[in-house]
Amino acid sequence: MSMDIEVLEDAQHHRYVLNMGPQHPSTHGVLRVLLELEGEYAMNLLPVLGYGHRCHEKIAEFKPAKSFMPNTARMDYLGALIYNHGFAQLLERAAGIEVPERVEYIRVITSELNRIQSHLLWYGAYLLDLGAFTPIMYAFDDREHILDILEDVTGSRLTYCYFRVGGVSKDIDDKFVTSTRAFIKRLRSRFPMYEDLVNGNVILQNRLIDIGDLNPQTCSRYGITGPLLRGTGVAYDIRRAEPYSIYSQFDFEIPTETKGDCMASFMVRFRELEQSLRIIEQALDGLPEGPIMTPKVPKKLKIPAGDYNSSVEAPRGELSYYLVSDGSDVPYRLKVRTPSYSNLSVVPEMCQGMLISDVVSAMGALDLVIPEIDR
Amino acid sequence: MRSYFSKLFTGAWSLIVGLKVTIKAMFSPIVTCQYPREKMEVTPNYRGHIDLVKFADTGTHKCISCGSCMRECPSDCIVVEGEKREGVKGKALTIFTLNFTKCSLCGACVEVCPTKALDYSDEYELAGFAREDFYYDLLKRVEERE
Amino acid sequence: MVVAAVCGAVIVFGNALVMGYAERKLAGHIMLRPGPMEVGPHGIYQLVVDGLKLMGKQLVVPKNADKPLFMLAPLLAFAPVFVPLLVLPFSDKIQGFDLDIGLLLILAFASINVLAILIGGWSSNNKYSLFGAIRSVAQNVAYEIPMLISLLAIIFMTNTFSLKGIAAAQSPVWFIVIQPLAFLIYIVAMVAETNRAPFDLPEAESELTAGFHTEYSGMSFSLFVLGEYANMFIVCSVATVFFLGGDSGIPLPYFEYSGIIWFLMKVYALMFFLVWIRWTYPRTRFDQLMNFCWKYLIPFSLVNLLITVVMVKLL
Repeated sequence: MSMDIEVLEDAQHHRYVLNMGPQHPSTHGVLRVLLELEGEYAMNLLPVLGYGHRCHEKIAEFKPAKSFMPNTARMDYLGALIYNHGFAQLLERAAGIEVPERVEYIRVITSELNRIQSHLLWYGAYLLDLGAFTPIMYAFDDREHILDILEDVTGSRLTYCYFRVGGVSKDIDDKFVTSTRAFIKRLRSRFPMYEDLVNGNVILQNRLIDIGDLNPQTCSRYGITGPLLRGTGVAYDIRRAEPYSIYSQFDFEIPTETKGDCMASFMVRFRELEQSLRIIEQALDGLPEGPIMTPKVPKKLKIPAGDYNSSVEAPRGELSYYLVSDGSDVPYRLKVRTPSYSNLSVVPEMCQGMLISDVVSAMGALDLVIPEIDR
Repeated sequence: MRSYFSKLFTGAWSLIVGLKVTIKAMFSPIVTCQYPREKMEVTPNYRGHIDLVKFADTGTHKCISCGSCMRECPSDCIVVEGEKREGVKGKALTIFTLNFTKCSLCGACVEVCPTKALDYSDEYELAGFAREDFYYDLLKRVEERE
Repeated sequence: MVVAAVCGAVIVFGNALVMGYAERKLAGHIMLRPGPMEVGPHGIYQLVVDGLKLMGKQLVVPKNADKPLFMLAPLLAFAPVFVPLLVLPFSDKIQGFDLDIGLLLILAFASINVLAILIGGWSSNNKYSLFGAIRSVAQNVAYEIPMLISLLAIIFMTNTFSLKGIAAAQSPVWFIVIQPLAFLIYIVAMVAETNRAPFDLPEAESELTAGFHTEYSGMSFSLFVLGEYANMFIVCSVATVFFLGGDSGIPLPYFEYSGIIWFLMKVYALMFFLVWIRWTYPRTRFDQLMNFCWKYLIPFSLVNLLITVVMVKLL
């Protein structure tokens, strides 16, 4: 980033610095953004990170690799199962463990439910930033159903530690299948209500259309992935580009838009809800019987020396784990590449010259979760 | 000129459609469970803090103080100690404490226990005034439970 | 005179109690939740307890704030609401004063609210408050124009500024039937004048962390809120008088003052509409708000005035 705090202090006289501080209703989490304003136009923006740093990557270096699983859920609490999935997959690739087929199906179903839950929360919170106080309540009403379903299986409501190296910790039963099918039906019937109340609303469209101007070149410069990239027209989804688990067996579309503004990423995420429902339906239809844990996973999981990588599609973009091992069961280095870190870095370029209301709108469309930026 | 009026009318119509959604919600039943007065049923699979299970056949716990849970715990919150007593096969459990302030509810201890002596409790109404309120003495708890 | 003042005070505080409770309950039910339920059966005493709590809070003045202006702003927001209540025709027989220029008095006193917000935002020594204050000044000044022009159309039809006269002139049919466009324009301008959503930028909660009343706590804050609710009451009453016939309605038997019941019902129906739209729509952006006023409301209200004048001349 080419800006420093010194540059901001040295700013021209008719500009002033406003601090959208760590506590602010619209920076979701502890993000601090220094805005250099001229009137109400934001000329320079400087995100200041680190308010939520908890040394996760260092913690991974002195405990056995398997023990890092609860930490993965704390990095992005909204996509916890997907982070679990990425990490379990990493260790399975490293140690050469094959998981049974039923495990893959369970992992896909619960991950997609988690993705829907994350998108519903983003939807409600984004509209709350824009000033509409009711859609968040309707979104949370739907989200409660998912949380109840997942609580019945995993025992937790938000920070799941459900996947294990070689399987999952508890099997799903018929109650899960029936309640998930009931939920799919319910959410599909709610989409027209959301479209009436929110998506078609002229005030919302004026707030979102033509705000922000991402294009594929900017995205590749900053490493932006996820719904933001798909809003610029590039149909890049890790579930299709580098298929992991059993995603290659399912028939789903990758929603894309072309304009690259806030409305584009908004509609991409909204349409991903329907695609996730399709994946869950197909997975439930094809759920095989079988064990839920690979037999004979050693308690002390020694990882052969070398580098290993695993990428999954988190709700915010591409999540990658990179493990460097020296042959023991404690990793030498674990690097987590989180999507929100790259997504945030485009803010100074994208939001330059915008009104404050537009800065709020653009940052909401980026769908940032600060704990995963700071780790 | 034409787009001026068409924007006006589509905008006004979208606003009215939104109003219809809200008024319908106003007359729908509320979905809140008003917590202290009504309580929701917690699923039996809920992960509360761990407890030693009191088995019906022996009337006590089945912990053999092997210490696997202590070693597996990622957050180092369990302390298990046992001692050799005469006439008792294997070790007898003397200390089993859980520091719940550090526990991340990962479930590694429950899954690794060879005798299935640990299980999740279902306590969720936990509030205290001091950190020490959450240092549970699980051996005492299992002996006092009926 | 004293009776009128006391009645005014009762109306302001009573209205705040009723409206505050109704808003929170309605907001709750729109959001599928119950609203206040704890204090009293179904939360009826919630506003009373809130008032007591706010009165008990410490009045915090920020460090480099301009103290006299800081203390003056809430008073300036609250004091001018009593005078317009004196000229509103609650019924044929219940009215404080029947001034010939009743409407001008109301509009004049409603504009003092802008001054209060500006002083409050400036004296807080807080950049966020300043934003709220500046936005509010521009918004209020801009939206007074369509408000006035749409009401002027009615005044051309009835030839008087006195509110009682306008209410009485609607005998066969209410003016909302004759002038629906003026009614719609007035409703939008009314929402903007009272700083309610979707035009609540001066106190935009998620962008500016409470805008111009960020630094106010306790009684100062509650004076702003009381002023806002009373302002809502006044503008809704003006709408009722001008468009919905004032106090006309089926006279209730055995009750000589039945006009006031109809008047209050109409006013509260409009207030319900205000609450309803607050909880449905997101907030407009500031320049879009101003564009909407200049490009849509003012041309339409001018066209409406022109048509009215031509029709009045012809008929």
